[in-house]
Amino acid sequence: MTSQFIKGLQTAHASQQPAPEPVAPRFIATRRGVLAGIGGLTLAFALPVPGLRAQEGGGIKVPPATPNAFIRIGTDDTVTILSKHLEMGQGPYTGLATLIAEELDADWGQMRAMGAPADDALYANLAFGAQGTGGSTAIANSYMQMRKAGAAARAMLVAAAAADWGVPEAEITVSKGVIAHAGSGKTSGFGAFAEKAAALPVPQDPPVKDPADFVLIGTDRPRLDTVAKSSGTAQFTMDVYREGMLTVVVAHPPKFGAKLTGFDDTAALKVPGVEMVREIPSGIAVYARNTYAALKGRAALSADWDETGAETRSSRQLFETFASAAAKGGDTVEKEGEVEEALTSAAEVLEAEILFPFLAHAPMEPLDAVIEVKGDRAEMWYGCQFPTFDRPTAAKVLGLPVENVSINVLLAGGSFGRRAQGSAHIAAEAAAVAKAAGRDGAFKLVWTREDDIKGGYYRPLTVHRLRAGLDASGKIVGWENVVANQSIMAGTPMEAMMQNGMDPTSFEGSSGLPYDLGAKRIGWAQMQSPVPVLWWRSVGHTHTAFAVETFLDEVLAKAGKDPVAGRLELLKPEATRERAVIEKVAEIADWKGPKQGDKGYGIAWAKSFGSYVAEIVEVEDRGGFPRVTRVWCAVDCGVAVNPNIITAQMEGGIGYALSAALYSAISLGEGGAVEQSNFDDYQMLRIHEMPKVEVAIIASTEDPTGVGEPGVPALAPALANAWRALTGTPVRQLPFPRGLS
Amino acid sequence: MTAFKLNGKDVTLDVDPETPLLWVLRDELQLTGTKFGCGVAQCGACTVMLDGMPRRSCVTPIGTIEGSEVTTIEGLEGREAEAVRAAWVAIDVPQCGWCQSGQVMAATALLSQVSAPSDEDIDNAMAGNVCRCATYVRIRQAIHDAAKTLEG
Repeated sequence: MTSQFIKGLQTAHASQQPAPEPVAPRFIATRRGVLAGIGGLTLAFALPVPGLRAQEGGGIKVPPATPNAFIRIGTDDTVTILSKHLEMGQGPYTGLATLIAEELDADWGQMRAMGAPADDALYANLAFGAQGTGGSTAIANSYMQMRKAGAAARAMLVAAAAADWGVPEAEITVSKGVIAHAGSGKTSGFGAFAEKAAALPVPQDPPVKDPADFVLIGTDRPRLDTVAKSSGTAQFTMDVYREGMLTVVVAHPPKFGAKLTGFDDTAALKVPGVEMVREIPSGIAVYARNTYAALKGRAALSADWDETGAETRSSRQLFETFASAAAKGGDTVEKEGEVEEALTSAAEVLEAEILFPFLAHAPMEPLDAVIEVKGDRAEMWYGCQFPTFDRPTAAKVLGLPVENVSINVLLAGGSFGRRAQGSAHIAAEAAAVAKAAGRDGAFKLVWTREDDIKGGYYRPLTVHRLRAGLDASGKIVGWENVVANQSIMAGTPMEAMMQNGMDPTSFEGSSGLPYDLGAKRIGWAQMQSPVPVLWWRSVGHTHTAFAVETFLDEVLAKAGKDPVAGRLELLKPEATRERAVIEKVAEIADWKGPKQGDKGYGIAWAKSFGSYVAEIVEVEDRGGFPRVTRVWCAVDCGVAVNPNIITAQMEGGIGYALSAALYSAISLGEGGAVEQSNFDDYQMLRIHEMPKVEVAIIASTEDPTGVGEPGVPALAPALANAWRALTGTPVRQLPFPRGLS
Repeated sequence: MTAFKLNGKDVTLDVDPETPLLWVLRDELQLTGTKFGCGVAQCGACTVMLDGMPRRSCVTPIGTIEGSEVTTIEGLEGREAEAVRAAWVAIDVPQCGWCQSGQVMAATALLSQVSAPSDEDIDNAMAGNVCRCATYVRIRQAIHDAAKTLEG
């Protein structure tokens, strides 16, 4: 039944190295060959998805009318789901499989998952209207679409069984992967009816379960990728080896925006194993028979660069420029009342300027991509996060029609936003490498850790300027927050999503606060620099939650309010979910106040990507540097599809945020070159620095929202608040400077 | 020519003796479970066992391991390894998974030397292995769980 494979998969399977192998829960022995031997049902249908609003234009977003394919049922009873979302650690393979298995009434043990290939028409993210993973939307946008897919598959299997057994469909039951008819005593697995079911019409709007009847959703399902990832068999991009493949590393400009004017590759070409050196738009590509030769060859290059137009300012100079722009007020994002008047008449005015550095995402698997060109076709294998941009970009670079470029989406060893590029620069570079080779062949583009750390696409360097006014009774009467940073969307295909020249990802979380703050003004000053910037796990919230929640904490302290009670008092009545997570985290942390003996406690919360997360941090002063001992977290992400994965994402988000708060800064030195290069000077949190974490998930019947990013924003401000409570010193710059207390 | 024992089998290779063991394993032998994370012995993703001790293969020139025994994640066997893998699976330690081969190697080495490690033992043994997904809470738990299994 391979003819029923969708087109992209046929391409993958025709080639010698099937790209994304499905990952299975407890079936290592059957991993290989599962696809080759698979038969049976491919479901192809399009369904309207009620309840999901398009980002632009509003209204109901209906998936394209072309057939859609998410499920394959093998004659061996395996159910393989094609995940339209990149598995980069946050669990979409397992989550999407859970949604399908729930409605299919499958047994968890028969479920498998693999990445869906690049195909906007089939695999659009319904929150974006195009194929891509990001914004913590995997479960949120798929919730009804995948359940409908599972329900349709179930209905088709039931219809096939009913016809074969000569019994009414209504008398057939399905449970844990077994189709049964009580009256006749007949039972069957899915596999036996897969082919017959595939020939039946697809129900366009099959009914889905009442949540009260959920068997899998809401329970801890083992991740489908754990076994492979615990035994070294999971296949990532760098693990792909094609016949005759060359490994390619690229020498990039030493400063952002510098241009290559000339190079000498004589010494590089003498390195045994180096096959060729080519100039490509992003730098100088060295092609070799193995990685070590490629690296040696690159090290032997000499090159001249023109720095006209390059960023030659240091981070210190950027901070000065950005701070002075913030002080001028920027463009107005949100305005309520007259904040100047309110501040002028206030009994007391507090001010703060807070500095946030560039941050590299530093996923453990550095950026990489494999591309193979044969005649007028190109095939790629990598952890592709935005197929919608990558595929046409690669096609354009290669001068091929888009349909001649296929992308097999593999597991990614982390991303945190780094692989989600509006510029599609990795796809473009891989395609440029293949094109510059001037011949057919396979090429593996590899970035080293140094390439990654020095390579830009950072969380934007940001300055926040805040002012708040209190009246004589301690009530907040005015609040101003101005953000100065580069836009992430400007200059990319996403610029079209900016409204009135505003990039919401630059200041999200500073506006629309559910607090009663009196007169308000939120401003944004858009800054310019050749340093490429990108979304970094939780995007604008990485800095806005810190600015808002640390400054508010100081204002509350000035008014003599407890951090928890003070926040609850300020929340508007309609902010019920915000209130619930704050109350819950205070309950599980047994909140008694911000300083207890030699420990400081701080709280912060943020709503990001539709989810509400509050965190309390316990901190000790170890020689002037914070030691975080415990973190409590309450999360409301709607229906908790897999509580264990939600908890893991909160733990991971907390660790990721703590790493940044304590250690991370990418800095440009005098002249503009990046000062960091690897994990020795861009430090990562290690196991002995990881606090104990306790997570409480709020029970909810709301549609599910994201968990990949929302664990991040509250951590750093909660830590800073705890630190100020303990030491009296506010934190005005991240990462924590040494010797604060 | 460099000759060594790899996962119990004799291997002889003719490669530049300066080539790090990591790239030999991956590019020449296609044992891809050992991962590249930093190239400067800062992250532990490339950890293998060299004569029974954890070693960063990214900074180990192949020319220096003549006659040694190398074990990669693909060849990792024994009671401790089985207990570690089972514990990893039982509580779903991995997220992105890239560092986990190295974590499993380091945890197995620890349990081979210390049967009931304390939190401090775990900190000391595992601090060289970075996990960017910060699965540290579960790594710690899984090591304790594996130790309990071995005890029983």
